[in-house]
Amino acid sequence: MDTLWSQNKETNFLATSLEQLVSWGRKYSMWPYPFGTACCAIEFMAVTAGDYDLARFGAELVRFSPRQADVLLVLGTITCKQAPILKRIYDQMPEPKWVIAVGVCASSGGFYQNYHTLQGIDGIIPVDVYVPGCPPRPEAILNAVIELQNKVQKEGFRRDRGEAGGTLLGIPAAESKVSLPVVVAKQEAERKRREREGTSAAKGSSEDSEVSA
Amino acid sequence: MSRAVLEELQRQFPQYIRETHSHRGDDTAIIDAEGLIPIVTFLQEKISPRLGRMDKLVDICGNDYPERPERLEAIYHLMSTDTWKRLRLRVPVSAAEPKIPSLVGHYKTANWYERETYDMFGIQFEGHPFLKRILTHWKFEGHPLRKDYPKEKRQHLDESAPIEWFGVKSHTKDDGTETLVVNIGPSHPVTHGIMRLVAELDGEMLVDGQVEIGYLHRCMEKEAEAHTWGLVMPYADRLNYVSAPINTQTYAMAVEKLAGIEVPERTKWLRMIMAEIGRIMDHCTLLGPALVDMGALTNFWYFFKIREAGYRVLDRFVGSRLTSTCDRIGGYALDIYEGFEDDVRNIRGVVEKYLGDVERLITKNRVFLDRTVNVGRMTAEQAIAFGLSGPIARATGYSYDVRKQYPYNFYDQVDFDVVVGSAGDTFDRLMVRVYEMKQCLRILEQGLKGLAKTNGQPVMADVQDMTLPPLEDTYSKMESMIRHFNIIYRGERIPAGEAYLYTEGANGELGFYLVSDGGGKPHRCHVHPPCFSVMQTYTDIAKGSLLADAVIVFSSYNIIAGELER
Repeated sequence: MDTLWSQNKETNFLATSLEQLVSWGRKYSMWPYPFGTACCAIEFMAVTAGDYDLARFGAELVRFSPRQADVLLVLGTITCKQAPILKRIYDQMPEPKWVIAVGVCASSGGFYQNYHTLQGIDGIIPVDVYVPGCPPRPEAILNAVIELQNKVQKEGFRRDRGEAGGTLLGIPAAESKVSLPVVVAKQEAERKRREREGTSAAKGSSEDSEVSA
Repeated sequence: MSRAVLEELQRQFPQYIRETHSHRGDDTAIIDAEGLIPIVTFLQEKISPRLGRMDKLVDICGNDYPERPERLEAIYHLMSTDTWKRLRLRVPVSAAEPKIPSLVGHYKTANWYERETYDMFGIQFEGHPFLKRILTHWKFEGHPLRKDYPKEKRQHLDESAPIEWFGVKSHTKDDGTETLVVNIGPSHPVTHGIMRLVAELDGEMLVDGQVEIGYLHRCMEKEAEAHTWGLVMPYADRLNYVSAPINTQTYAMAVEKLAGIEVPERTKWLRMIMAEIGRIMDHCTLLGPALVDMGALTNFWYFFKIREAGYRVLDRFVGSRLTSTCDRIGGYALDIYEGFEDDVRNIRGVVEKYLGDVERLITKNRVFLDRTVNVGRMTAEQAIAFGLSGPIARATGYSYDVRKQYPYNFYDQVDFDVVVGSAGDTFDRLMVRVYEMKQCLRILEQGLKGLAKTNGQPVMADVQDMTLPPLEDTYSKMESMIRHFNIIYRGERIPAGEAYLYTEGANGELGFYLVSDGGGKPHRCHVHPPCFSVMQTYTDIAKGSLLADAVIVFSSYNIIAGELER
């Protein structure tokens, strides 16, 4: 925390520190949802086990309910049968949420170029970090987690992804029960509320910090 | 003696038998579709016990020859549990009227295999109770393994099958209350992301259900037809990715059988060592998560310690941890590295330490015993009717291990016991694997001795046009470079024919049925996955138990989606 405070003493001190504070909290308390379908899931099990120990990055609390998770790890090949389910799982996760595509199958279809394999999950859901490898070594998966942490730290907490983003096999995804305008309106209201709260919180802490300074 | 069954069939049914052969030692009869039921009934019931009743159906698959008038073909692999004899029946039909009588009445296991053959080739099995797609999406159109279906032709498939599609309905009971139909999975922790169960529940009890699989159908068999024999190896690796060395060596051995390649002794010893390491790692991956499903997390970390010891050998041997692709057609690309024996012996120490810890944790644990003993019982008769093999079949007391009954490599020269259970319940299914890991250690020890005897010998067969030359020669000798180029670009010249080869995979009999037309690519590469028949038993075995117990039954099955759905 000291570094966060000291980094931002010079410019725009209060607003950015809240931003950084939230991001800092988020990046060290990720709750991953392992959407494991194939080989990569076995390597992910090795990552959570003792020798590689994902707990060092604060992301060991694996959740199997999308409602309780904020990082979706797609581990393995996604087929046409699995694709609608992946989309629904992603839709059910609350914001903020991030996606890591682990392995070449999730990233691009890999060497399964055929009639029943999805050629990369980014056709359905947005992806934050891609991990190459078939399967990636545990070090590569850990590296992806670190990359994502850096990204989370940088992007701030007011990011808007657009709920209905992405298409399903070229067709706009109609899976989401909530229609697009409602989502946008909700997000707008949420953004305004956050801004209001953010400003008032900022004001409060600015006074505090001035006193302490 | 070996052709006795074929001769008997020819004597009994001359009107149906078109042709017989024993290419590469596999007895094969090509028969008319109308002769299938009489012949199978005869083989199952009336044939003299001396020849062996064919009481177990191993596998059904299809094949397509577009140039023939009767282009489609269903292929049946039968075996006898008395005499261990095997027989292959091939039934050609035309694409205009692809009708074959169903064998569901004769062998329970035929159910899913016929569905798969229908899905892939469009063969109609008359009399089948639920002839719907099994691997591909329920809205899929066409039959992808027919030669005229383009490999990369994708379709717009956007929603999961509705519950009504499965035909599971709620019923009114005598007391006026109704049963409830619930959808479980596929994205549910207990289904491990690969299975969907549409369950009819009476309170907490599972009354009926229908399982949907195919969530990882990534078309390995279609991909195999588009690659040269050698390049299928990475696809074979990703079948049962938990014990990859067993898959690649089985595929390599199948091609070697089809081509008539004899591999050096050292390769055989090395293959046995790699297979047993794979088996230990596979059993760890079953036992760890199965215990997690019961709430015992500690064991998971212990079992991964064992897996890491196995990874160390694979990593240092081929440079890859999980999907190692260590085999080549004809043997191995490189000999073992320095320190290989020490790393393999190290596995023994790790297994003894951590497996001992796990045994102390579970075998007298009241919670573990209450949840597993007498849960999901299966009899040996059921195991045979469902065509099961491997640890699950052995847990019922049906002692069938390919390594004993049909020894390959040097399994007939090493000393090990086949572990069998008695009750066929979840406890036995888990404990058979625990004890099998100890037998693997015995084989590893003897395998290292065998390997030491063959020090300095080659690990790769040398057959022009079929096996790769040594890597160092490829870059320094003209002939080797040409040979390497030809094999990589044109494919191995495997002579035309068909062969089925099977080994004891970690889950049971893993087989490859290969057909070559003499070109550089397989005409057909069918995998017989041990999981497939196991998964089929699920609703029958779990029926009548509590939903929480049904979960544990599934955990004890070791379903690996890669080989289940290919």
